[in-house]
Amino acid sequence: MPSPAIHKLIKPGLFIVALVPLAWLIYRTVNNDLGANPIETLNRYTGDWVLRFLMITLTVTPLRRLTGWNGLLRYRRMLGLFAFFYACLHFLSYVWLDQFFALSEILRDVAKRPYITVGFTSFLMLIPLAVTSTSGMIRRLGARRWQQLHRLVYFIGIGGVVHFLWLVKSDLREPLVYAAILALLLGFRIWNSAHSSRNTVASGTVP
Amino acid sequence: MLIARPSDIPASEITPREIYLQRRRFLKEAAAIAAAGATAALLPCVAEAGQKIPNVKKSPLSTTDKPTSHKDITSYNNFYEFGSDKSDPARHARNFRTFPWTVSLEGEIKKPAKYQIEDFLKHFPLEERVYRLRCVEAWSMVVPWIGFPLRDLIRRLEPTSRAKYVEFTTLHDPEQMPGQKPGLFGAGLDWPYVEGLRLDEAMNPLTILALGLYGEFMPNQNGAPIRLVVPWKYGFKSIKSIVKIRFVEQPPLTTWVKANPREYGFYSNVNPGVDHPRWSQASERRIGEDSLFSPKRKTLMFNGYAEQVASLYAGMDLKKHF
Repeated sequence: MPSPAIHKLIKPGLFIVALVPLAWLIYRTVNNDLGANPIETLNRYTGDWVLRFLMITLTVTPLRRLTGWNGLLRYRRMLGLFAFFYACLHFLSYVWLDQFFALSEILRDVAKRPYITVGFTSFLMLIPLAVTSTSGMIRRLGARRWQQLHRLVYFIGIGGVVHFLWLVKSDLREPLVYAAILALLLGFRIWNSAHSSRNTVASGTVP
Repeated sequence: MLIARPSDIPASEITPREIYLQRRRFLKEAAAIAAAGATAALLPCVAEAGQKIPNVKKSPLSTTDKPTSHKDITSYNNFYEFGSDKSDPARHARNFRTFPWTVSLEGEIKKPAKYQIEDFLKHFPLEERVYRLRCVEAWSMVVPWIGFPLRDLIRRLEPTSRAKYVEFTTLHDPEQMPGQKPGLFGAGLDWPYVEGLRLDEAMNPLTILALGLYGEFMPNQNGAPIRLVVPWKYGFKSIKSIVKIRFVEQPPLTTWVKANPREYGFYSNVNPGVDHPRWSQASERRIGEDSLFSPKRKTLMFNGYAEQVASLYAGMDLKKHF
């Protein structure tokens, strides 16, 4: 386990690393290197990073349980907020560049196209999680209710993967990789809770 | 006794696999050229992707829209046989073997035949046709194709009265086309790729078989050596790397219809009034022209070719026959 001094460095380091995908995207945009269909590239790129940050955020708990390194929890909020940050970019890229704020088109998309419906819903679910991510909000909500609310992230993860799965026309390979990772991460939680609740009973809370 | 064990053979004497394969390829080609005879033998040498095509007429059927750049046309491709990412075909089709190439012409015709690419070049004068190409994914390009009207070929083959539809098939060769690997290893379609047209659609003067673009033989990633171009239909109807053209009585079951009949229809005419479940078809983005901040342009009925083709569908409910 790292020393406190290193801990102080990890957080800003992680922050900078999490911005590298954005920096790379800006670099490519400025250099006119987004390919033949730049808007599609922007949509796909930002979407990819939402999924990646969701997966990374969901890895914190299993990793903590497996390694016993509780200090990992310190980075979870920031990683989750980066998922939200890239989701905002993804949403903006769709609303602004792709649809050019054509509200009626956007609403029709959300209503008619299942992959957009599920993607949009997942984005909406991210908002309360981002808003209640501060320490003050945790206190105000109480740890228990806060935790219940933040379980939404499981549905957001599923929604994100389904969004990708329904977007592709026939080649399911890439979305299925995300689906497999997500299944592993959520499966671990199910396994772990079944495991630990049995432990709780066994350790004798019941007289 | 002097029997060289593998370790005795110096590494310098082992022919690298690539060179070995090149030799075999050279021998095969040389044999094929010899077999094809002297005149035709010159053609395959020029029919390599990217070589200039001589004697091409301009066509009055060309659009005046500005052609999309050669770079965009050859780097942004939907050709799932080589992978489903737009950049996959340019990378994975680099070594695609398009010579020798035989197209089997069969079915309800009086003169079934097997054509080499040289035969097409011999029989049909080539023209440049600058056409709009509208993809079902709501983007579009303008491509200066080189080809000849499909009807010139059809007339030569003399269809029987039972020929109502034309079915086209792409090469099936998972060794060369990684997207054709089965199940989840490939791009997820039923191979080989099959497309179809009604005979009158195939006979329309706009329908061409293309052998090149931008004055050169077809780049591999664009469907070398020979592909269909039907400019008033969504791009996936314009089947690539054709090995079989079959005249049939019943509408062919095409690949995308088989994959998802709710989303893809046999006709697949460009129609801004009929949405694809995943994309609005009302508007499109023109590759290479629109800036990041310009709104999409309106999609035109039959991709702007209504004057030439609308009569083909007179009286049909195009919402039903999408």
